Amino acid sequence: MTEQEQTKKRPKVPRQKMPEQDPIARAHNFWEVALGYPNDIALLEASRCLHCKKPYCMKGCPVEVDIPDFVELVKQGNFVDAAWKVKEKNSLPRIAGRVCPQESQCESQCVLGKKGEPCAIGRLERFVADYVAEHEEWKMPPLPKPTGHKVAVVGSGPAGLTLAGALIKKGVAVTVYEALHELGGVLVYGIPEFRLPKAIVRSEIDELRRLGVEFHTNHVVGRIETVDDLLERFEAVFIGTGAGAPLFLKIPGENLNGVYSANEFLTRSNLMKAYLFPESDTPVAKGRRVVVFGGGNVAMDSARTALRLGAEEVTIVYRRTVEELPARAEEVHHAMEEGVKFKLLTAPIEILGNEAGWAVGVRCQQMKLGEPDQSGRRRPIPVEGEFFDIECDMAVVSIGNAANPLVPSSTTALETNKWGNIVADLDSGKTSRDRVWAGGDIVTGAATVILAMGAGRKAALSMLDYFGVS
Amino acid sequence: MFEIVEKERIAPGVNRAVINAPAIARAHKPGQFIILRTHEDGERIPLTVADKDAEKGTITLVWQEVGVTTYYMGTMNVGDRLQDLCGPLGTPTHLEKFGTVVGVGGGIGVAPLHPITKGMREAGNHVISIVGARTEGLLILTEEMRKASDELLISTDDGSFGIHGFVTQVLQGLIDKGAKIDLVVAIGPVPMMRAVVNVTRAANLPTVVSLNPIMVDGTGMCGACRVEVGGKTKFGCVDGPEFDGLQVDFDLLTKRLAMYKGPELIALNKFRESDRGCQCKFPGGAA
Repeated sequence: MTEQEQTKKRPKVPRQKMPEQDPIARAHNFWEVALGYPNDIALLEASRCLHCKKPYCMKGCPVEVDIPDFVELVKQGNFVDAAWKVKEKNSLPRIAGRVCPQESQCESQCVLGKKGEPCAIGRLERFVADYVAEHEEWKMPPLPKPTGHKVAVVGSGPAGLTLAGALIKKGVAVTVYEALHELGGVLVYGIPEFRLPKAIVRSEIDELRRLGVEFHTNHVVGRIETVDDLLERFEAVFIGTGAGAPLFLKIPGENLNGVYSANEFLTRSNLMKAYLFPESDTPVAKGRRVVVFGGGNVAMDSARTALRLGAEEVTIVYRRTVEELPARAEEVHHAMEEGVKFKLLTAPIEILGNEAGWAVGVRCQQMKLGEPDQSGRRRPIPVEGEFFDIECDMAVVSIGNAANPLVPSSTTALETNKWGNIVADLDSGKTSRDRVWAGGDIVTGAATVILAMGAGRKAALSMLDYFGVS
Repeated sequence: MFEIVEKERIAPGVNRAVINAPAIARAHKPGQFIILRTHEDGERIPLTVADKDAEKGTITLVWQEVGVTTYYMGTMNVGDRLQDLCGPLGTPTHLEKFGTVVGVGGGIGVAPLHPITKGMREAGNHVISIVGARTEGLLILTEEMRKASDELLISTDDGSFGIHGFVTQVLQGLIDKGAKIDLVVAIGPVPMMRAVVNVTRAANLPTVVSLNPIMVDGTGMCGACRVEVGGKTKFGCVDGPEFDGLQVDFDLLTKRLAMYKGPELIALNKFRESDRGCQCKFPGGAA
């Protein structure tokens, strides 16, 4: 189809909005914000797809979902087969459909987006995956005979789960080891319930379990045993431990009570269900005035969680401007709708405390934008002598994560870079150590769920190639 | 997994349990701890390991009832199972032949000191242990410590057993007698460890303390357990739990340990009124 023909076929139907909980109501509950398409809206949205012969959208997908084919099946009203089409490439579509930054991936490549709005691929992916989970009795897909190959996976986050799904479907036995008491990694400790309900993560993992993946929780590789030990029992090991070591600002007052890393704040409220305290046993400080440092998705999650825990005022403090905020536009928009305030061009220089050791405020310095730095973003530079204080009783540091050294440092002959990330080939996930693959944030540094899933998929293909399984 | 195979009350509000956990028993080294949950929606709490038996596949936990989880564990009995048991965690004790090692254990701190004492002795050290408590009834593991040590000195604050005085006074006595001490290991309540460090600093003795900050994951992921050592922020769960006692900021540790005092009290009161916390249903749990 030429571009001209495509333009002729341009749909009259506009891109369908995602139904959402009202911002004022949702800022006080932990239910999911985005409610999902109803059937008729999904049909309308699918009808917009041009079913291009050369589907650029697929090139934008790290796991190469057959987008035009699954959308075509939606168009025909065949939601169940559409879901299975997605699952051929993506073992976790209910998760990807919710947390993928589609606007910078598949949807950014959609031909419709050139002169209008792209097809809402992500929303359709979520729709079909939810539909099949809610309406269909689970059926065992045809699986090949066991090949006899055995793989261990370290970490049950998106990279490890994707790899497990891809391998088990090829007859390779997979055993997943998780350090925490619950499976899912960042999907359960990091991403909040209102963006990704934990029941959905559990349902996706249950599906892998039914396919035959073996899971072990409370198993800290690097402490209870090492990757070297695993290599004695397994033919290959995949390390997908994520970027789980929180960075701090290294400013005075950072160890005051009420100052959390985003990891701790989110882990307490998500994984440990502190929002139910004292029904659940884990407490979390409930700040009245909360300041969040950082401008990424995790900062937005932290700010919105603080609101839901009852904060009167939540302020995001970020060194640059709205333009440079690394969070998804949708997340920033949602946070603003819910009443999160943004204090931009502002850098914290000290957290102020009281006698009892609790945070009571943040001393900040006014910033302005200078020349672009290595990342291409304009560098924030301090404005001489312009300081001010923000009152707060709680602060969340959300400026990123470094590699957790527990696994790399306990594995022999495993090369890491100067930041402590494992050095692995980005196309195959192969590391410097024979029979050891790695992928996701432990290799790339903190990135997105779908990039980790893409890395898991590539490593799975590389392992299959290594085993000689087609 | 994680079945309680033995349980006894060894002092008022202090329990000892042997738990079936073969993989942890195999991997555990002195100085390391575990994190457990008793039930779904329970909190994760770190506990030190008092002993292990790799052959039987068991570890021994000793805990004092202070919060919801430790009280609830007090009501659990032989045959009950822990929901989750994760470990071993933390960096093991640095064991080598130092010469003479003095271990100082206060109250419940005697429990984690026990495997370290064994380890230090196996490494060829002459180990003198000083264990103390407020009063005789609160002394724990004295027989185990006697077996594990070359010399054992016992003190009580009220003089009801052994030497009348604090463990720091006993340590000071050793120093004053001119005993050659190469290393001091002190584990106990924060005020006790701080007091020990004040004694050893004056005598210029290297001192290791084992810290018990609040933790969540125990793998270096959350940073709840931040402590300051020598002016630098460290994570208690992975960089520790043992640190150079002479450099620890005990003030900060004390304040951070008090972070959830309010919510803990609310939870405990609620727990006591609930079925879960009703002691009358668990005769074995009543003190």
